[in-house]
Amino acid sequence: MALKYYFDLMSQPSRAVYIFLKANKINFEPKPIALRKGEHLTEEYKRVNPWMKVPTLEDNGFILTESVAILRYLSQKYKLPEHWYPHSDLQKQARIDEYLHWQHLNTRLQAAMVFQHKLLIPVAKNEKINEKKVQRFKAELPKVIAHIETYFLRDQKFIGGEDISVADLLAACELMQLFPVFEEDVYESNLKIKAWMERVRTTLNPYFDEGHAITYRTRDSYKKIGPSLGAKL
Amino acid sequence: MGAVKFYADLRSQPCRAVFIFMKANAIQFELEKVDLFLGEQLQEKFTQVHSIQRVPVIDDDGFVLGESGAIFRYLSRKFNVADHWYPAADLARQARIDEYLHWHHTNIRVNAMMTFRHIYINTVRGKPVKEDEVRRHKSELSKALNHMALYFLKERKFLGGHDISVADIQALCELMQLDAVREEGLYLSNPIVGAWIGRVKAAVQPYLAECEAEGVGMMKQLYETITSSSKL
Repeated sequence: MALKYYFDLMSQPSRAVYIFLKANKINFEPKPIALRKGEHLTEEYKRVNPWMKVPTLEDNGFILTESVAILRYLSQKYKLPEHWYPHSDLQKQARIDEYLHWQHLNTRLQAAMVFQHKLLIPVAKNEKINEKKVQRFKAELPKVIAHIETYFLRDQKFIGGEDISVADLLAACELMQLFPVFEEDVYESNLKIKAWMERVRTTLNPYFDEGHAITYRTRDSYKKIGPSLGAKL
Repeated sequence: MGAVKFYADLRSQPCRAVFIFMKANAIQFELEKVDLFLGEQLQEKFTQVHSIQRVPVIDDDGFVLGESGAIFRYLSRKFNVADHWYPAADLARQARIDEYLHWHHTNIRVNAMMTFRHIYINTVRGKPVKEDEVRRHKSELSKALNHMALYFLKERKFLGGHDISVADIQALCELMQLDAVREEGLYLSNPIVGAWIGRVKAAVQPYLAECEAEGVGMMKQLYETITSSSKL
């Protein structure tokens, strides 16, 4: 098959591209890479992506990393409906680009670090959760959520306007990383954001749920693991 | 249609990148300084313009836009600049530039910026520098530069291919921030990166010179003054 997709559904950007491929019925050969087993560190994967991260797209030998670049590449290559990643409306495109650049050190950084410190790091180090570190990143999230609401969403249904875009997809996947560690209140307490997340999920289902299967299972496991690490659920 | 309003502080790396891009493409703009060291980005006046309180920001006839990456694409399309800056038709070339611009945030930017900040801000304030933090960021930066050399550059002249693009200016400005604290060795020590940066500087030299006094030059001067006087 021409398109090979290397991913791990534990990874937020991996989920976003996976859901996107499925929702747009793009044929691809799935190449799951289990991060927890260190499969991204093998010589074999290093030959595909020397930076050793997921996701990676391989299109007939053309290797592409970075979820945002992959999403744009796919949108244009398969001439997908404009709303995903507008190119004829300059201002709409710009607003979506703005979110996609802003999110790295805002939505992604903070939400990912909360998840890391509430699960991955304590498990890896065989230690209890470092609450100070969790709070440090959690403290940044209300501002991030407020910006998503008032600057990016404004009074629209989605970040791009009336229709869903890659910005909404990526934002939702990043915020969902809080769900398995019982921190969804961070975004659900903002009713507009809660409604928007539901809208994204409804619009993209069944693929949204399919892409989040591991996320949902992790939440179930966390009911036991969390308290053993010192988390209060 | 008037000139683009450009809210910036040339001591900020992405601000310089957008500045150089606009100059190189003869895009008319009015610079409105937002003094980051005085916290002007957090004050009411600028917050009214852009509630996210970050620079650079452009205001194009009422359309306000932040994030240098988004600004590059918007200006490229709006002003129909030469294709090599941000290719539109060639999918693979555009993808490589998108890929760099997004990888840049948490790899080159975070590590170069934090190395600079820890050294510069603490030195200027007369406080001790957190050496372990600096070491950590320098180590991460070194790995990132290695990847830049072996994956993005390889035998190519520039990050996106054989022509200069917005990816090169973005990377150049971020790395040059290190010059202000005499840490240019961090990127020059990688021969592939060193050669590439020489090419980028040569391509945009006049515009680089224009933002020197208000940018890296200004910070370098203050840093040199403080560090030389502390040796007395």
